[in-house]
Amino acid sequence: MSQFRVALHIIPRRGLLDPQGKAVADALQTLGFSSVRDVHVGRHVVVELQAKDASSAEREARAMCEKLLANPVTEDFEVANVSAA
Amino acid sequence: MKFGIVTFPGSNCDHDTFHAITDALGEEAVYLWHKERDLAGSDVIVLPGGFSYGDYLRAGAIARFSPIMNEVAAHARRGGPVLGICNGFQIACEAGLLPGALLRNESLKFVSEPARLRVENADTLFTNRYVKGAILTMPIAHGDGRYTADAKVLDRLEGDGQVVFRYVHGPGDSDEYWSPNGAMRAIAGIVSDAGNVMGLMPHPERAVDELLGSRDGLGIFESMLARVAA
Repeated sequence: MSQFRVALHIIPRRGLLDPQGKAVADALQTLGFSSVRDVHVGRHVVVELQAKDASSAEREARAMCEKLLANPVTEDFEVANVSAA
Repeated sequence: MKFGIVTFPGSNCDHDTFHAITDALGEEAVYLWHKERDLAGSDVIVLPGGFSYGDYLRAGAIARFSPIMNEVAAHARRGGPVLGICNGFQIACEAGLLPGALLRNESLKFVSEPARLRVENADTLFTNRYVKGAILTMPIAHGDGRYTADAKVLDRLEGDGQVVFRYVHGPGDSDEYWSPNGAMRAIAGIVSDAGNVMGLMPHPERAVDELLGSRDGLGIFESMLARVAA
């Protein structure tokens, strides 16, 4: 077993109203970033865990997202990075 | 009849609920610490308002793993009544006792004000002492009250009479729906498929005495008493 560090992105599901993202997008446009089309604000979660290899570390982290870290009704998640810790 | 009020770290409406049940309704209530594994013979379980676990991760997300929640879920599966108020509604959704989720208010602001609610179904365990269509006033106080579910779930809830309370415009007697928090279809409260779990964002336990501006919330407790004690 080795130690891994899995970085996860949890974001509001596309199509659902994201008032926080919209407020940030408006603020960026006010600052002059006229290129901004849309912003989504979510969470970045880093989990350190023991696993036999990187792919089982990722599988474990995905199960954590499905059961707790993301709400299946309103959020999507993606594994941003898996690295040896 | 005995009500069990679950206290999580961060619950802050447990005492108001205790007062509503013991002083206004005149029934027995006990506090159930979240680490306990026994409902102490309670007929009804109340998940009270507050900020359990500081709303870490998502409102209600961590509270559902408290030891007592296994017992609460078993009680619900047996058909036992469960009332989730505000944070309790969020916990019930996270625990899968009710469909959907409560998201950050559309305004991004905490709303604390009297809300006007329309009784959409007066034939439930929780609303049988009201008249369908009646307009009630109860306080709301939340930052994450935007009820959200996919269209299929919303259609099913509406079709099966599971939408129990909706927000309506106030003041005045207009019955035009609106959402103080951006809730889909102005939903303020719903019941489960089996009808024995209700979640609502407004606070009936803070509306049990004219001195506090309204006693419209007492009917929820009276309804449970009428149905369960019968």
